Amino acid sequence: MLRYTIHRLLLMIPTLAGVAVLVFIMLRMMPGDIVELRLLAEGGSVDPATIAAERARLGLDKSLWHQFWDWMGGLLTGDLGTSMWTGRPVVEEIASRLELSMQVAIMATVLATVLAIPLGTLAALYQNTWIDQIIRVFAIAGLAVPSFWLGMIFILVLLLSFNWIPPLTYTPIYVDPWQNLSQLIWPALAVGYRYSAVATRMTRSTVLEVLREDYIRTARAKGVWERLVVSRHAMRNAMLPVVTVIGLEFAFLIGGLVVTEQVFNLNGLGKLFVETVTRGDYTMVQALVMLIAGFFIFINFAVDLLYAALDPRIRYG
Amino acid sequence: MKLGHIVGMAAVAALAVAPLAAQAQKRGGELRFAVSAEPPNYDCHANSSFAFIHPVRPHYNTLLKFDAAHYPKVKGDLAESWTISKDGLTYTFKLHKGVKFHDGSDFTSADVKASYERIYNPPQGVVSLRKGAYSDISSIETPDAHTVVFKLKAPNSAMLALFASPWDCIYSAEKLKQDPNFPQRNILGTGPFTFVEHAAGSHWVGKRFEGYFEKGKPYLDGFRAIFIRNTAARVNALQAGEVLAEFRGHSPADRDKLVESVGDKVNVHESPWACALVVTHNTEKKPFNDARVRRALSLAVDRWGGAQALSKIALVRHVGGVLRPGYDLAPSEQELVRYPGFGKDIEKARAEAKRLLKEAGVPNLKFKFTNRNVPMPYTPVGVFLIDQWRQIGVTAEHEQLETKLYQAALRSGNYEVGLDYNCDFMDEPNLQLQKYVSASKSTINYARYDDPKLDELFEKQVRAGTKEERIKYLRAFEQRVLEQAYTVPTIWWHRIVVTWKQLKGWHMSPSHYLNQDLTDVWLDQ
Repeated sequence: MLRYTIHRLLLMIPTLAGVAVLVFIMLRMMPGDIVELRLLAEGGSVDPATIAAERARLGLDKSLWHQFWDWMGGLLTGDLGTSMWTGRPVVEEIASRLELSMQVAIMATVLATVLAIPLGTLAALYQNTWIDQIIRVFAIAGLAVPSFWLGMIFILVLLLSFNWIPPLTYTPIYVDPWQNLSQLIWPALAVGYRYSAVATRMTRSTVLEVLREDYIRTARAKGVWERLVVSRHAMRNAMLPVVTVIGLEFAFLIGGLVVTEQVFNLNGLGKLFVETVTRGDYTMVQALVMLIAGFFIFINFAVDLLYAALDPRIRYG
Repeated sequence: MKLGHIVGMAAVAALAVAPLAAQAQKRGGELRFAVSAEPPNYDCHANSSFAFIHPVRPHYNTLLKFDAAHYPKVKGDLAESWTISKDGLTYTFKLHKGVKFHDGSDFTSADVKASYERIYNPPQGVVSLRKGAYSDISSIETPDAHTVVFKLKAPNSAMLALFASPWDCIYSAEKLKQDPNFPQRNILGTGPFTFVEHAAGSHWVGKRFEGYFEKGKPYLDGFRAIFIRNTAARVNALQAGEVLAEFRGHSPADRDKLVESVGDKVNVHESPWACALVVTHNTEKKPFNDARVRRALSLAVDRWGGAQALSKIALVRHVGGVLRPGYDLAPSEQELVRYPGFGKDIEKARAEAKRLLKEAGVPNLKFKFTNRNVPMPYTPVGVFLIDQWRQIGVTAEHEQLETKLYQAALRSGNYEVGLDYNCDFMDEPNLQLQKYVSASKSTINYARYDDPKLDELFEKQVRAGTKEERIKYLRAFEQRVLEQAYTVPTIWWHRIVVTWKQLKGWHMSPSHYLNQDLTDVWLDQ
């Protein structure tokens, strides 16, 4: 197991290196100039010498190779550089948004898990009954309804019914839990609903499959209580694909909620991503891509380890 | 501009009146307002967006400022009074005494000198976007701690107004000496509010500067600018009263929505806006190097009908030439309709347009029309123009690009016909006509032509001794611009700002860059 863990950790390095090269190349292929965008935001006259000086200050006058080695060298030493737009350290820009994005992701995941596993199991146990039908409608609606649209509906209902909208700025939960939750519960619900729909359908389908296995029939034949058959025998085996789905969705939530963040005015990584890509802020985009890639790789790895914990037959090494 | 000895008593008069007016104001409260974007850094001299002005301006003073309640009158800010020599070459400002920076250090004339020198002659590594505008300054003298004297190389009709530019924040000479780029990441002004916090992507907070030199001001305890990118989210925030204003402007639809939902709680302020969209032809590409083709495209546009129709759905409303209609140097409607493209007989104009295209050998012209992918007002105006051109048999393919790509296309000449914008902080030909002078003299001439006649007329209006003389040159300039049609104005914008009724002391003006220091703003609660 230890060997497997080390092996997987070492494999992250070439994967991340590949991502770094790819994002560097793709960004440089994009047309447009961040310096012109920043200095000419709303018209006005800027002489070419000023633009050239700014480009030089940002290192954009260096050859691509030079820029590439600067980027890779910085990665190796953990220096992600400074934002080409604001001049602030990239780490600082990301850190201020990471907390909010993580919290929304965790809340949505908890909500999804709390809903999906019981509902999916119930739907499987009461297959083709009215319980199953209702749960399936709930799940399909969740898949069909975009989370940002649901978010807009929440806002409209709150505004029109109570003349209230969630707070516009983020307060950490350890500073003011009420303010924090009153802001983030809504996007968590909007996103979590869709997330739970995916996991509910997966749970239902895997539980149904497991319930048809011989060992379940044997357990029932032995007279084991149905509740124990489900919880002790069926659930653990059914959870493997569900854990994968939940894990991957969680990783996606970290930087993928672009539109939802706009709707709720959340200062998260998704919004930052769009802004920095639009501006052509190379250092920020590169760092964000590396962060998201790192998250995905790590979550995948964690899911694989969880497999081993759930199923004793699975052993690595 | 009147030559002669002019004594600016506006500031003195304002101070005399202020105590009476101040009795109505209430002290206290934090003003929360929305801003749709965020400043990239903190340096006034290196920025050009309202997204900078709205949160940052309250921390600084300028030498003069616009009297928003009586725009375009100028009044003193740090300057208590001023005189201009008869020959227009010397501007002498007397500064208020007892002004402090937020760190307690004294403000003196040396700070004004250092700040302006940074603007017109920036040291290496310092970005100054407006050095061209102050190129007539030959020297700045400080005979004493409260007097600053600007010497010009030549008279400049716009100079007094330029000293009221909201971008000319006065910095500490001491800090600039230590680090010329100190203002990039540090806020230290003499303004009514001190800097508290900037949470990147979220909000900006300022609080009352208790040592502000105007006694009794500011009235607000502080302000909080909340960055809300999404238009619907901003409107919702305003509707719910989470913010009391968004100072740039709303579309007519958003205004109507707010009026319908909270009409009894808000005030709607409307004004013509010193912004216009202009059609720019790449004169380096055929057939747009032919004035007949350019003029034809301008003649085809029914500006009067379009203004009426578009004003219902977009931020545009006013028909004007190179200067904002309503500005005292702009032509009257009677004069305007005589210009090509501005007549009211659109059928006649379109017949002439078709004739010109036929004569130029391109009766069924097709081209790509490069526009910005910003819904308001670029998209509706772009669609309108394409439809107008269709009336004369011209087919334009609408290419809407994201801002960075759009700017790159216009600046590099990688376009055929584009929809450009011309916006500035005030009505001032020296600034607004930069769009139309030769490309060799103006970095914002994207039509890529050189026209010495236009340059000559521009220079003449800069140096004009009287208003009448200036108008004469401006009319000639405008005539030539519209005849040659390298770049032609379409329809001027219309500014709509909705504020909650408890927000008082803020005055609407044609510029979203002005009156944002919040000195006189108060909350009636």
